[in-house]
Amino acid sequence: MKNKENNSIKTVVATGIGAAIIFVLMKFVAIPTGIPNTQINVAEGFLPLLGAIYGPIAAGLAIFIGHTLNDFVTYGSPWWTWVITDGLVGLAFGLAKRKLDIQSGVLSRRKLIWFNIYQIIVNFVAWVLLAPTGDIIIYHEPAKKVFLQGITTWIINSLSVAVIGTILLVLYAKTRTKRGSLKKER
Amino acid sequence: MTEPIISFKNFSFQYESQSEKTLDNINLDIFPGEKVMIAGASGSGKSTLGRCLNGLIPQAYPGKISGKCVINGKELVESSVFDLSFDVGTVLQDPDSQFVGLTVIEDIAFSLENDQLSQAKMREVTRKWSKKLNLEKLIHRSPQELSGGQKQRVAMAGVLIDESKILLFDEPLASLDPASGAASIELIDQLAHKQNLTVIIIEHRIEEVLKGGIDRLVIMRDGKIVANDTPQRILQQSLLEKLGLREPLYLSALKRAGVNLAACQNIDQVSQITESQMSRKLTAWNDHTQLSRKVKKRSTLLDLNELSFAYEDASPIIKDLSLEIKKGEIISLVGRNGAGKSTLSNLITGFLSPSGGSIKFKGQDLLKMSVKERAQHIGYILQDPNQMISKTMIYDEVASGLRLRGLLEDKIKERVEKILRVCGLYEMRHWPVSALSFGQKKRVTIAAILVLKPEMLILDEPTAGQDLKHYTEIMTFIEKIQWENDLTIILITHDMHLMLEYTQRTVVLNQGKILLDAEPAAVLTDDETIKKAYLVRTSLFDLAERYKLPSATDFVAKFIQTEREGRV
Amino acid sequence: MNSHFLIGYNDKDTFLHRLSGSTKLIGFIAFSIIGMITYDTRFLLGILTFSLILFKLSKISITEVSFVIKIIIAFAALNLLMVYVFAPGYGMTIYGTQHMLWRSPENYFNLSWEELFYIFNLFLKYTFAVPLALIFLMTTNPSEFAASLNKIGIPYKTSYAVEIALRYIPNVQRDYRTISLAQQARGYEISKKAKFWPRIIGNAQILLPLIFTSLDRIEVVSQAMELRRFGQGKRRTWYMEKQFGKADYSSLIVIFLIVLAGVALFNVNGGRFWNPFKH
Repeated sequence: MKNKENNSIKTVVATGIGAAIIFVLMKFVAIPTGIPNTQINVAEGFLPLLGAIYGPIAAGLAIFIGHTLNDFVTYGSPWWTWVITDGLVGLAFGLAKRKLDIQSGVLSRRKLIWFNIYQIIVNFVAWVLLAPTGDIIIYHEPAKKVFLQGITTWIINSLSVAVIGTILLVLYAKTRTKRGSLKKER
Repeated sequence: MTEPIISFKNFSFQYESQSEKTLDNINLDIFPGEKVMIAGASGSGKSTLGRCLNGLIPQAYPGKISGKCVINGKELVESSVFDLSFDVGTVLQDPDSQFVGLTVIEDIAFSLENDQLSQAKMREVTRKWSKKLNLEKLIHRSPQELSGGQKQRVAMAGVLIDESKILLFDEPLASLDPASGAASIELIDQLAHKQNLTVIIIEHRIEEVLKGGIDRLVIMRDGKIVANDTPQRILQQSLLEKLGLREPLYLSALKRAGVNLAACQNIDQVSQITESQMSRKLTAWNDHTQLSRKVKKRSTLLDLNELSFAYEDASPIIKDLSLEIKKGEIISLVGRNGAGKSTLSNLITGFLSPSGGSIKFKGQDLLKMSVKERAQHIGYILQDPNQMISKTMIYDEVASGLRLRGLLEDKIKERVEKILRVCGLYEMRHWPVSALSFGQKKRVTIAAILVLKPEMLILDEPTAGQDLKHYTEIMTFIEKIQWENDLTIILITHDMHLMLEYTQRTVVLNQGKILLDAEPAAVLTDDETIKKAYLVRTSLFDLAERYKLPSATDFVAKFIQTEREGRV
Repeated sequence: MNSHFLIGYNDKDTFLHRLSGSTKLIGFIAFSIIGMITYDTRFLLGILTFSLILFKLSKISITEVSFVIKIIIAFAALNLLMVYVFAPGYGMTIYGTQHMLWRSPENYFNLSWEELFYIFNLFLKYTFAVPLALIFLMTTNPSEFAASLNKIGIPYKTSYAVEIALRYIPNVQRDYRTISLAQQARGYEISKKAKFWPRIIGNAQILLPLIFTSLDRIEVVSQAMELRRFGQGKRRTWYMEKQFGKADYSSLIVIFLIVLAGVALFNVNGGRFWNPFKH
């Protein structure tokens, strides 16, 4: 297919601009919760939409790049275990692209419920299993501390995605409705 | 006879997502070295035609093609964007999106990098082109530090570097101030001659492009070519007006004066146009037309007094600016980029706080009010409606400001429906915003502000990128709501037509100060102001000067007055 | 562009500014990895000293980075406090000895030399890479980032995505500001004054126009890049790439030797920890 070329470029651009959006959201719109390293992440809420439109590679790389850049300019150096975990979350959200099929304009309640269960599981695996394990293995931090951070992040990120992510998915899908179906009302 | 470099034969195209053909049986030959302008209203198919030239159709925009299109010996259907990129260089409408490098030099070298040229070779070629386009001093600047005109020059360098023989411009004037636009057109003309290029310009601002001199004007309508001739012949037949496009202003004036366009020589250049009766007829019309100076007594609505603003430690952006705005006025605020137009409106709406001076609204101190409170009195409408609309349904969008102010739902319904009727959106109230055209979206954003019952509106470039039909639609609507509600309106604009035709007073900003505060006709006939504020003098002025009319300003004012009377 | 980031490239002429971005990137990554893994205090102190010397050489003034440093210290302090609160006896578990400073091990809250030492190690791990990261950020021209990534083996398309991110961050920021002001005028509250939920909803309202504006931009930018032949070849060259010089090769050797020393210490210590308590 001729279209392939254009799609691969689009993925590159979507990754770059997606990362720019994520960076800006992380840097300027994070709402603190009081636990270090843990914020209401508006950027996390944007991730499902990015994944649903452009797929796993764009979403995974975009959050990886955006998160890395943000860590660089705020904390001086990236906290790699969390950056990589975030990248995997983006990848997992992107894998839902085909199932959600958001371009069709129909996003049934069932699909939304399915997605939210999926995202809660993804976030659980990422923040309660992977990230703390990484912190324990690599940084040798005490388990209790990292698991508390992990569980908090799991809850908060799942919540961010459930609220902001779902709103964005629904709103975007609505804009995909066919024009032919509209009638003027008096 | 030479072979055409571009040839369309019985060519049609239909986008996959659309039920009708966007290009319908196009036959067009363009010869090497020609400069061709393709004009037409939005939706006429002119941009689609451009996309066929660089191969974005059918590659990025799939659809059904019939007939033949050959570009520099390559069949369109058998060529990729990649193949055609060596023959056709494209300068896109938005120079900011085309600028993909972090600095000027990287952007110029972008296609060379993709061709895997060595660094030494790249340095040599980029040096040559940055010199030709006068970019040498800017090569390490980032796009944020450049003006629109400079960005466009970078874009040109970036495609000319391929040495392709065909250059395609998609609405090159859309995002430039008038002076930069004129400079761009001149530059294109120079390059075309020097590099022996074939140039295709897609635009709807015909007068500005004509100034650079073009060989052929192609006019499209509903996917068909409806005129394809030298500009002289098209202008002599007044085809533009008949096809709903904007005619050069000086021609409209000549017509008003009763000059027969068909008999005019050099009709495409205001500096050279001649006709035996012209001088007599213009003078007669000018003497005969009287300016009616109705001065209404108006009360002061907004009073800015010695207003100043500066970011920390930086030099001031607004300096001791005083301005009085009367109720019911329509004012145009003009000036080059960075002159302080947006800063001034941000100070009025409360997005910024002044470092000195006062702002009074009907005698009340505006500085003591919050952004939200000021929004009840003064509505601000951004250039791009997509940046304002935050709901998917029209009704919700218009209602949201009232909901946030805690009104009861039935009260909201009453007010929203009333405004929707005023704005001609009532029948579409349950539609998603995404189904609307750009102009309709603009109306939605205006409705969403009007529902808060402001007494004053600030509109940023309300007609940017609109063809004559949509332009007229938007401005007629704004005039109507202004009239019905006795609104006071400030238009921030680069569009000389808009300023002349629809505003009564023009405030020219320069370096944070008011350079001139006068009637639009007086501004556009003042050479010094024009130069400082990056404006362009109106062709009416040239006309008045050439035929030695007693007052160029009055002549312009008289013409605008008769146009306005014709409109009401 | 510098003004748009809190910290950014600063054009000076030092040894570090002249080094290729790839060399600095390799150095940063190599030191980060070895420093993350090792718990050898001598080695961590060594790298920290080394990176502080480099920082000095880079002529970056402290005032330029003081804001970031304050955040880092606050962040590290908070984390270390949490480590202590959650596991006051963790140091003793790791090092296997008990040298008490305060109370006995039976109390939940107690303090041992082991715990202090462990926390000190953590502190070193939180901070040692910061000077290196700052050096990388402030002595490498952003225009060279993508080329450097590509050079160390990242596919060029991915590298270019990073370049696009850097290119469009200022635009996204400006869009965000414009949109957020327009929404505030209509009554959405997103500032700190707003309560938790209204603030989240307010932010979601800004996101929507921001996202739609950006999606349009993705379309146009990818077309612009395609029209200029991006993505056709298996590789691409970079105008801003710095060729390796002698200094780069010798730096790479130094980096290699330091990493080797770190690995050798694993053998000497019989693991990741250097234990001064057991003899």
